[in-house]
Amino acid sequence: MSDKPKYTIAVTGLNAIDSPGPGIAVIKSLKEAQSFDVRIIGLSYENLEPGVFMRHYVDKSYQVPFPGAGMEVLFERLAYINHIEQIDFLFPNFDAELFNYIKLQDRLSQELQIEMVLPTLEQFEARHKVNLYEYGQKYDIKVPRSEMVFTEADLSATAKEMGFPAVIKGKFYDAYVAYTPDQALNYFHKISSKWGLPIIVQQYVYGTEVNVCGVGDGHGVTIGAVPMRKLYITDKGKAWAGVSIDDEELLEGTNKMVERTKWRGPFELEYMKTSEGDYYLLEINPRFPAWCYLTTGAGQNQVEDLVNIGMGKKVEPKKEFAAGKMFVRYSEDMIVDLEEFEKISTVGEL
Amino acid sequence: MAKLLYERPLITPLNTGMTNKFGTRTEYRPMTHIDHVAVKDLLQEFGSPLFVFSERQIRNNYQSAKRAFETRYPKVQFAWSYKTNYLDAICNIFHQKGSWGEVVSGFEYKKALKNGVPGDKILFNGPDKTNEDLKMAIENNSPIHIDHLDELYRLTEMARELNKKPRVAIRVNMDTGIYPMWDRFGFNYENGQAWDAVNKILSNDVLDLIGLHCHIGTFMLAPSAYGIAASKMSELALSIKRQHGKVIEYIDMGGGFASKNTLKGAYLIGADTVPEISEFAEAITSAILNAGFDKDELPYLYLETGRALVDDAGFLLGSVISNKRLSDGRRATILDFGVNNLFTSFWYDHKVSPAQEFGMHTENSVLYGPLCMNIDVVRENVSLPPLNAGDQLVVHHVGAYNFTQSMQFITLRPAVVLIDMKDETHLVRVREDNDSVQRYEQVPEYLKPFKL
Amino acid sequence: MKVKKNVALSDSGFLFNPSSGESYSVNPIGQEIIKMLNEESSEEEIIATLLEKYNVERDTLEKDIRDFFGMLELYGVVKPEEA
Repeated sequence: MSDKPKYTIAVTGLNAIDSPGPGIAVIKSLKEAQSFDVRIIGLSYENLEPGVFMRHYVDKSYQVPFPGAGMEVLFERLAYINHIEQIDFLFPNFDAELFNYIKLQDRLSQELQIEMVLPTLEQFEARHKVNLYEYGQKYDIKVPRSEMVFTEADLSATAKEMGFPAVIKGKFYDAYVAYTPDQALNYFHKISSKWGLPIIVQQYVYGTEVNVCGVGDGHGVTIGAVPMRKLYITDKGKAWAGVSIDDEELLEGTNKMVERTKWRGPFELEYMKTSEGDYYLLEINPRFPAWCYLTTGAGQNQVEDLVNIGMGKKVEPKKEFAAGKMFVRYSEDMIVDLEEFEKISTVGEL
Repeated sequence: MAKLLYERPLITPLNTGMTNKFGTRTEYRPMTHIDHVAVKDLLQEFGSPLFVFSERQIRNNYQSAKRAFETRYPKVQFAWSYKTNYLDAICNIFHQKGSWGEVVSGFEYKKALKNGVPGDKILFNGPDKTNEDLKMAIENNSPIHIDHLDELYRLTEMARELNKKPRVAIRVNMDTGIYPMWDRFGFNYENGQAWDAVNKILSNDVLDLIGLHCHIGTFMLAPSAYGIAASKMSELALSIKRQHGKVIEYIDMGGGFASKNTLKGAYLIGADTVPEISEFAEAITSAILNAGFDKDELPYLYLETGRALVDDAGFLLGSVISNKRLSDGRRATILDFGVNNLFTSFWYDHKVSPAQEFGMHTENSVLYGPLCMNIDVVRENVSLPPLNAGDQLVVHHVGAYNFTQSMQFITLRPAVVLIDMKDETHLVRVREDNDSVQRYEQVPEYLKPFKL
Repeated sequence: MKVKKNVALSDSGFLFNPSSGESYSVNPIGQEIIKMLNEESSEEEIIATLLEKYNVERDTLEKDIRDFFGMLELYGVVKPEEA
């Protein structure tokens, strides 16, 4: 007889499309957890998020309001869902929804007994693209030099000083490599018309992209960390295949980041390794990446650990993992009855 | 048998990406009452459209802002920013709570005087103070915040002529890490202009330099910028003490705290993302307290907060004139108020609620005002229940700048009602009539007769 | 005006047009109208029934029904009127 607890866990990011959200990967790890059993509640924004229809992974799905509808509306919807499902733990998986969830963290825990393990608002804001360069300087982490620019004049002065090629980035999304001042100006206009100002000009770093998926306990201890090198990249820049690697320097850098920033919750660190062997931190994503199932495959079920932290269990840091485990992503056509689409579309539940 | 509530028949496509009624930013939740007064009754009694202010909300806002600063700093004085809302009734609520007046023109100055604010409690800001204005301010002993060198010279000359020593502050602008930097007002800190102005004032002993003023921007979302500004202001005050032995009595941090409105293009709504007043208070007061002032020379902290204290206390009520289908299939709803009353709809996505109950179905609509002008758009796209002609709406967070910037373009300005602490209504400005505009016009005799 | 033969409308207000593959959401009064169209009621009969049932002026109802019919045509839910 099993004395394992059974948790009801809600998960967002069910958009398992060609540029996938992390939801399904998180659920696969949850299903393999040794220390508890799960019932999975899917939270979807759109009625065509594939996870909604993957009944072998998701027991029940509910539509939730878009982040732009505001925290109050989100809270009410979660209260309604919780009333039916008694959710124990929740995984927000989208960058855009994290702000609201971080702010709602205490209320969800106190009023609905829904636990989450998330970075603090300060940690969340400080690692934002716009602030990353300062962040690196503060914590002594190498970050490609980057400057915010607001005008054409600023742009040409900054790009000239940094030299070409330079990366021209939007505040939220989009990044282009510019090889000439003309190109830089072009991207400046292209991005600013879409995402507004400022535009970020970043030093271009040549090298191989390597990423780390991990969990920090909020007191400076790394609970788990697995580095991965992308093997194959889609035309959207997403990893389609990757391999776990045992890169000591990368792990050391990760431990340093977690220790100094007292990072709490899951993270993905995106690094560029130069031919000289230097590691530059390009981005910190404050959530699990879509490839996080690889960490479970490599022997660290970080998703399980995160739940246990949230449920107040003692979790030992894990250092071991198998290098050389690969993930290869595939897509699949499911056959779905129109009635199911009707249900999620009209009553918002399936 | 009583007939059922009618709702327009609707058919809306489902799988066009981002549509689900649990998801889109929908504002269908009705607002039937303001405080405890029915919107329907207000419009019935005072006509549509109508500005309504909640005195309860204003007093609550002031109280919590005052508490946020006074629990962190011993010497705090608020001055009501007249330009934000200079309806006398609104100003007087703030004056009753202890707020001084902050004005930026002779017109506003006289308004404050007439409301009964003592001259020495009116802060006079702005780049355009005429000689007549300055004379009035000197005679009433008002703190004059000097904006530029021409004003400094003019004021010096007038003080000599009148044989008085006006009390002055200089307005300082600076880099606080935010964009755009407001360097068009006052003297720049980083390039030494501010220090130069201080030296000019203190070297000739005609003006009494009692304060330093800044106002770093509007609708500011970063408390840290205020922290930087307060540090630089403190540093300037301390240098004045060191070099000239002159103790600065007050630091005026201006206003600019954001209200809970949602800026156009913002992904998350203002109600969730705008910092609390306490966060601004923390940044400002800790910067001044840590700057190194002697305990008995700690300057007064003046605040000219406007928007954050009054925006959510103001509502604009109105009615649907018509709804129609545009040629591209979009729904359009035409309202009896537009950008003539709601100037801020150029930069906010104002929250709009229906004032009566509806079913769950909503549709996207563009909200147009009544002006015969293409610019008259209240919301470019909003999800609302199917509204019919005659249905009533409430626009939220319109208390700041809208009444003062409203105009008689094409039509006249609506009445303004105040709901007091006991939920009783008071007409604080009557609806305008043709005479409100035409009494100032003069037609030359020869243009009077015509035959058609 | 006739609703296309294979158009499916469920009680939840979910309408599927098999010939185009598009799905729609229809509010309760819209559903009533489509049902009446299925029963081959005329525009005048529909208006009379709804006037009886709902608190609405005739002018408003007529205008809204015309608009609704326009949308049904636009979305290809009904067969265009034969000349």
